[in-house]
Amino acid sequence: MSAASASPPLLAAPAAGARRPSTLTVWRWELRKLISQKRTFLGFGLAVVLPLIFVIVQSLREPHDHGHGSDSIFTSQITQSGLATPVLMLHFLSVFMLPLIASLVAGDIVANEDGNGTLKTILTRSVDRGQVFTAKALAAMLYATLAVFLSAAVATAAGVAAWGFNSITTFSGTVVSAPKGLLLVFAANAVYLIPLLTVASIAVLLSTTTRNSAASVVGSIGVVILLFIVAQIPGLEGVRPYLLTEQFEAWHGLLRTPTDWGPILHSLWVCALYAVPSLGAGYLVFLRRDVAGG
Amino acid sequence: MVADDAPPVKARDLVKRYDDVVAVDHIDLNVQAGDVYGFLGPNGAGKTTTLRMALGLITPSEGTVELFGRDPLRHGARALQGVAGFVEAPRFYPYLSARKNLELLAALDGDGARERIAEVFEIVELTARAKHRVGGFSHGMRQRLGIAAALLRRPRLLILDEPATGLDPGGMRDMRLLIRRLAGDGITVLLSSHQLPEVQELCDRVAIVDSGRVVYEGALADLRRQGGAGYRLRTSDDARALEVVRKAPSIEHASIGEHGLGFQADERAVGELSLALARERIAILALTPELATLEDLFFRLTEGGEGGSGNGAAESSAGAASSATTSGVVPVG
Repeated sequence: MSAASASPPLLAAPAAGARRPSTLTVWRWELRKLISQKRTFLGFGLAVVLPLIFVIVQSLREPHDHGHGSDSIFTSQITQSGLATPVLMLHFLSVFMLPLIASLVAGDIVANEDGNGTLKTILTRSVDRGQVFTAKALAAMLYATLAVFLSAAVATAAGVAAWGFNSITTFSGTVVSAPKGLLLVFAANAVYLIPLLTVASIAVLLSTTTRNSAASVVGSIGVVILLFIVAQIPGLEGVRPYLLTEQFEAWHGLLRTPTDWGPILHSLWVCALYAVPSLGAGYLVFLRRDVAGG
Repeated sequence: MVADDAPPVKARDLVKRYDDVVAVDHIDLNVQAGDVYGFLGPNGAGKTTTLRMALGLITPSEGTVELFGRDPLRHGARALQGVAGFVEAPRFYPYLSARKNLELLAALDGDGARERIAEVFEIVELTARAKHRVGGFSHGMRQRLGIAAALLRRPRLLILDEPATGLDPGGMRDMRLLIRRLAGDGITVLLSSHQLPEVQELCDRVAIVDSGRVVYEGALADLRRQGGAGYRLRTSDDARALEVVRKAPSIEHASIGEHGLGFQADERAVGELSLALARERIAILALTPELATLEDLFFRLTEGGEGGSGNGAAESSAGAASSATTSGVVPVG
């Protein structure tokens, strides 16, 4: 180090009343950290690869195989419109894979830094804990959002490339034009974000409280599985509408004519009952916790 | 804005408990502006826990700590304005380059910190490695990067926890030079260290903690004077001189060895001894003061005397206090 040489003071005196960074700045750096890590792209990779595999496999099947034994109107339309692919992919991935992808980052985003000791590095700078938590939660939400729309975009592109940009029949049997169908596909994915971001909120809470990435990821998926099991228990039918996992299908309302807003609005407030306490508890725990890891 | 007249660090009755374990037991610290303040203690004494509380990373069970008059618990990040440093080893994002790490931290500092990145890389001599990922850095390089990260904040108070740990001799020397230069620039330094020669060389005031309690706080020079006011005496007749020394009031631990007599006394007692020796017609050939080393004092205070070892906070503290009193060191509390 060059301390020995005679020279002017190493650093000038700090300015009085220095301006502190905004939460937006902290959030931007959370995103930069995310894109610098391999595990970020693992989730994105799954979101890209699974629709491609789906389209390739369906392309290789005999035409008359499509739609046999299926209870979904979209299964029978696979080869008739490329727009059926993103709808089916959302149907398949919404239950387990997309919650897993969202949890991969949300469950890791606090615990990883705690384990590596970098949390104490950033908490001894000029940002408050609340700013750091908010930035981390928002980064996890953005990641989940990007994963959903990336999957939808790839599924749409692959489906259209394989089977064309054609009109599509909705759940209620109404045929909608291809442009409107495309709009509905992305709107459906947007509605699916409501329960998915709730899963991410739970993962952020677990990440904050357990300080263990694996436990947080497994824990949040465990919550989803647990709620699926609860939904199957005879005698608990009255509880089902209020289970988070039931909200995974709220997007179906958009693919009916006229649009059924009931399940979407229901999903909004039910998910809020899960997400708000999760984020609130995570926030409070993060503000008050001892940071001694690493 | 940092309060100009408030001390850089003021801790009062600081306590940290983990269930039944008391890691920090009613610690008071007073770091004054311009101090190079040594924070000493054996492993597990509570040094790092105290520093964590000072930086707001953990919450005290009792008591308060203020940095320039601000409590991190109440004022959050504003309490850290003008403060920088690290506890335990500095940690960085291994998948980012050193430059990206500092850019990130500069962004979290604001106040134009980004413009100082090149300057701090120069100071710690890491410019050539700035674009390399931190994951490939040696321990010493990470320590230097930790210093660079701290300097980005243009601190008035620098808190360093074992900054020389793991460095090679050259790195340790450079670290000492850097700290001395920073102190020369007016930065107050709170230095936790196991390296007693380092503390002895750098620090003007020290706190010595043992089992979570401060057993000494004050000027290092006072500690050495009080704890090690020893003298070495050579005379024309050491055997008779020893008898005179043993009869003299206020002189303790007299002994005779290959290099003459050794004893402990205050200056007044030494003056009276010289007159007594003259009356006995014993010539003084040499009378030299010998200050105890920090290491001597450290072990005396933290181990309750030579070979002694405290069991538990209260016993250890009492042992240290007892030993310190007999050797002239005045312990805290």
